[in-house]
Amino acid sequence: MSIQVSHLTKRYGGFVALNDVSFTVRQGELLALLGPSGGGKTTLLRIIAGLEQPDEGSVLFDGDDAVRRDPRDRGVGFVFQHYALFRHMTVFENVAFGLRVRPREHRPAEADIRRRVNELLSLVQLDYLGTRYPSQLSGGQRQRVALARALAVEPKVLLLDEPFGALDAKVRQELRRWLRRLHAEIHLTSVFVTHDQEEALELANRVVVINEGRIEQDGTPEEVVEHPASPFVVNFLGQVNIFHGRVQDGKALLGPLALEYPEHPSTEARTAAGYSRPHELAVSRTDEGGGLWAVVTDVRMAGAIVKMEVTDNERRPIQIELGREQYEAIRAIIGELVYVKPRKVRVFMEGK
Amino acid sequence: MAGYVHAHTGQTSRRASRLTEPPIVRVLLIAAALGFLALFLVLPLATVFIEALSSGLGAYVLAIREPDALAALRLTLLAAAIAVPSNLVFGVCAGWAIAKFDFPGKQLLTTLIDLPFAVSPVISGMVFVLLFGRQGVLGPWAADHDIKIVFAVPGIVLATIFVSFPFIAREIIPVMEASGTQEEEAARVLGAGGLQTFFRVTLPNIKWGLVYGVILCNARAMGEFGAVSVVSGKIRGVTNTLPLHVEILYNEYAFQAAFAVSSLLAFLAIVTLIVKTVVERRIGLSAQTEAGAARPQAS
Repeated sequence: MSIQVSHLTKRYGGFVALNDVSFTVRQGELLALLGPSGGGKTTLLRIIAGLEQPDEGSVLFDGDDAVRRDPRDRGVGFVFQHYALFRHMTVFENVAFGLRVRPREHRPAEADIRRRVNELLSLVQLDYLGTRYPSQLSGGQRQRVALARALAVEPKVLLLDEPFGALDAKVRQELRRWLRRLHAEIHLTSVFVTHDQEEALELANRVVVINEGRIEQDGTPEEVVEHPASPFVVNFLGQVNIFHGRVQDGKALLGPLALEYPEHPSTEARTAAGYSRPHELAVSRTDEGGGLWAVVTDVRMAGAIVKMEVTDNERRPIQIELGREQYEAIRAIIGELVYVKPRKVRVFMEGK
Repeated sequence: MAGYVHAHTGQTSRRASRLTEPPIVRVLLIAAALGFLALFLVLPLATVFIEALSSGLGAYVLAIREPDALAALRLTLLAAAIAVPSNLVFGVCAGWAIAKFDFPGKQLLTTLIDLPFAVSPVISGMVFVLLFGRQGVLGPWAADHDIKIVFAVPGIVLATIFVSFPFIAREIIPVMEASGTQEEEAARVLGAGGLQTFFRVTLPNIKWGLVYGVILCNARAMGEFGAVSVVSGKIRGVTNTLPLHVEILYNEYAFQAAFAVSSLLAFLAIVTLIVKTVVERRIGLSAQTEAGAARPQAS
């Protein structure tokens, strides 16, 4: 099923949780809503599920207006952030719930319910835990029960709210890989909310970055990483060095950096900032032009990469990440002077 | 499970002996507590049964089988049988409204639920006399429709409902607030209707809080004296509840009979306490299973 969200606005008192949000989820897509907490992503997911009503705008499921439809008639599967498993029911009964509450004429026979639940439990690799209660499961197991329960009603779309938020790093990795495989297998249109950029980029076909109730960017993981649409997206997608300055006459003067900037040929000066990620900076011992001299203040070996901190002539820190071999080539130590050259700088004009 | 609990208590007591007061202080504290308990609880309770049986078992049975006493017992049970279910419905509604929704006046409702605890029962009774008495606001209306409320069974039932109504609501509001609304939302998305959600998800979660509230509510409903005494009019065999009947007998110097009837009330109280203990143990057990969540097993 495809979902078309258009011009959604939701306010809580004076607080605007969503401000004119529009995007489309295509059939079979795995889409991530990425943004900081409190940015409105969960509200958006809950509106799609029908747990909240928007103040303005519409949600279309395959072209049909869904806003006035009760959540129980929307055909969505929802996985809650803290799973919301039924505490007093076994794992088996949790998964069977959606089938058991169907009106009598649509309710499958007991044998069919058993078969279906067992199928789902083996799909999430928990068939041996059917008789346990949620309190007897680990976080990762609960997460998978919640998923099986949501899938039991054969939803046309799966919504997941911070699906791995409450899990430790290793379990999160495993579940992420597992969810990706599952999606490849069943191709269910899915939307998940996350504040973890790594998770969004690794898992999703498409990422919608949301901040303060607005969409900052809507694109593939590659587009979002390589061509961020705004300073916010650059900042949110990972550590970045910022060089403040101005643009004028087709040039950008950003602190110690001077770059060509043909996008602003006007003679009028505008404040601007350049953004460069730690791994986009090269370090050498000779002046290669287009860079700056800086003093090494810290060097840390972090597995396959080396993290280096240097300060420019105005004592502003710059973070650099080098591959092992690149570092071995220069072997700079603390206190030494090195030449830092950004291989890539994204310049955004500020104001107006 | 038993082994675990045992080992745990063992550990606590060992730690206690090293870290807390010397033995003499502990012995004194325990003695004081037990002595107090004996003097103010066990002794009076024993007195009730001893006095009730002072003229022999025959006199005891006779005092209880006396028609007025039986009528009082029936009325007490009737009042409780109406008050407890009414308060059950009210309590669940109020608990639901307060725990699951936000609405204007929520704070006021929370405060008002406690009102019967705050006012003297005598005043609670007076309220109904003033409302439904001959000079009361609704009195003439009741008289026109030939409904007797004050100095009749309906008044007693109303007063009983009034004084016992906070118990159930107060027990389940915290339970409902703690369980939040997520499970209900999950049920809705999975296709459950309102009633299905209530009976399959909400009710099982508040079950023990509800049972506990019912026990306390019932104890109060059966034992209420003040409010009922004001509206009853104390017509023997008609508007006398057990507590009122005890007072009448006592005032007539029928001590043995008074104590015999009291023993019925004391007996009800003991049964209530036993049920309460059993329920508390069940709540404790389910809390332990919850705590088990804190020690998840490896996946």
